[in-house]
Amino acid sequence: MVGACSFYFFLYNVWFERSYPMLSEAQEKAITEKKRPTNRKEEGAALLNLLHPQHADEDNRVADELYRKVRILCWVMTGPYNLQSKARHVKATWSRHCNMVVFMSSVKDPDFPTVGLGTKEGRDQLYWKTIRAFHYVYEHHADEADWFLKADDDTYVVVDNLRWFLSNYTPELPIYFGKRFKPYAKQGYMSGGAGYVLSKEALKRFVEGFRIKVCTHTTPIEDLALGQCLEKMGVLAGDSRDTLHRETFHPFVPEHHLTGKFSKSLWYWNYCYYPIVEASQVFYL
Amino acid sequence: MTEEDHHHHHHVKAPSKEELRSLSDTEMQKLSKQIEVYCVIMVQPKLLTHWAAALDTWSKHCDKSGVYTSENSKAFDAIDLNEKDNWTRLRKALKHAFDNAGDLRWFFVAQPTTFAIIENLKYLLLTKDPSEPFYLGKLMKSGELEYVAYDGGIVLSYEALKRLVHVFEDKDKCPEHVGALWRLNEDKQLAMCLKYTGVFAENGEDIHGKGVFNSQSIYTLIKDSMNNNPTNVLEGCCSDMAVTFNGMSPNQMQVMMFGVYRLRPFGHDFHDVLAFYPPEGSDND
Repeated sequence: MVGACSFYFFLYNVWFERSYPMLSEAQEKAITEKKRPTNRKEEGAALLNLLHPQHADEDNRVADELYRKVRILCWVMTGPYNLQSKARHVKATWSRHCNMVVFMSSVKDPDFPTVGLGTKEGRDQLYWKTIRAFHYVYEHHADEADWFLKADDDTYVVVDNLRWFLSNYTPELPIYFGKRFKPYAKQGYMSGGAGYVLSKEALKRFVEGFRIKVCTHTTPIEDLALGQCLEKMGVLAGDSRDTLHRETFHPFVPEHHLTGKFSKSLWYWNYCYYPIVEASQVFYL
Repeated sequence: MTEEDHHHHHHVKAPSKEELRSLSDTEMQKLSKQIEVYCVIMVQPKLLTHWAAALDTWSKHCDKSGVYTSENSKAFDAIDLNEKDNWTRLRKALKHAFDNAGDLRWFFVAQPTTFAIIENLKYLLLTKDPSEPFYLGKLMKSGELEYVAYDGGIVLSYEALKRLVHVFEDKDKCPEHVGALWRLNEDKQLAMCLKYTGVFAENGEDIHGKGVFNSQSIYTLIKDSMNNNPTNVLEGCCSDMAVTFNGMSPNQMQVMMFGVYRLRPFGHDFHDVLAFYPPEGSDND
């Protein structure tokens, strides 16, 4: 049987590029009526998913059990100009499978809702946003989750596959996972675009690192800077590949990974920590 | 023709849960093994990349495929009908398919821009008798004529094809060469010829009455649904049991294969009562 849910994500990568798209009448109506699924609860700026989403014909007892045992808080890096074009779709789709989701923006938006990190927008603000986002999540929700995932507003996450993978580890371990890159850090670092996930202990150490000034805002290159901070704080860069050594975190769109041939001169080859296996992958992040 | 009244309904629905429950296990296994589809794929060298994609992806799930081309191509093997006219070519292909059907009792006609999920087609046809005339797909209406849209895929039972091949001999009812004045698209021509034999077009639907044959791409359908049903995009879009989509690029077809057949969220089980396996020894996912 075919589940239509998986296909939604392709669309906004292909279609939505403008920052302020024209909304249809039906869409305008839906926004003003504030139609929200009733199995979601707002806790400040965080959205708690009370019920694990389920398809009418499926038996997801196993997924349900994992939902209880492996609690994931997802925070999504977004901005005021991307709320309607991108973040809204993350909110409507995969983020419903996180135990909790928080949308992080430079500016607070009580309606969406988003947290206001008090930064400006722009690529050079990424690490500032990341630092503040993780601090916010630690201060407000540290006890409500075991793992803390960062995703962009154009990332798609198959959260149940992430849970299965993380169930092999405990949140007390200082470890983090993502698409591992080689250069600039001894143990490598995780690509920002592909999304990365920190254990509770790793998050604790990240925050601690800033308190004791071992970590500071060194560079706006968010993924590298985070990787270097975590390395200093003794957090391990984990291996997220499946049992056949295929990657599970992907920095590009599925079409590219499935059909593109990565040119040998492309930076990608030199960055990948593990050898690139050009074949279909099992799960996709 | 006594069966005429029997087939004067306009939609053909997939079997309901009750219908399936009334069958014994052995009956179900027997039905699922018996149902075999002959794919009639109408290609052209100018659509070479789509031709390649169809060969590499969904057509591997057909029990038998006949690839019929308008002219020879050095790239791939195909049955060269050496015929530029679309209608004549379709006639020749269908006649050839009928003569070479062997034990196969269902025929699925597609163009290379169509993406098909053969297992869902088999599910739709599971409890239908191919010795009765079935002609189904996406039902369209042009004036008084009801026909099946070519680009959504056309399904013919053995009986329907048998009658069609017979009426091909009748130059009045079903001429091969139609003068420019009376020329219709080949899917309408097909409908007219079949009508003379007492076979009428029907819409293929799932148990909820949603059409399973689509003449548009998944992207277009989702985009329309986002505009028309913003709070319930997937519900408003397509059937979970969709059989066809049209107008996708070769790369997008590869992504579809990944999404439909490989990508799985861990812990979700549909407990399908049936499985349709690909032919023995086929190079298949």
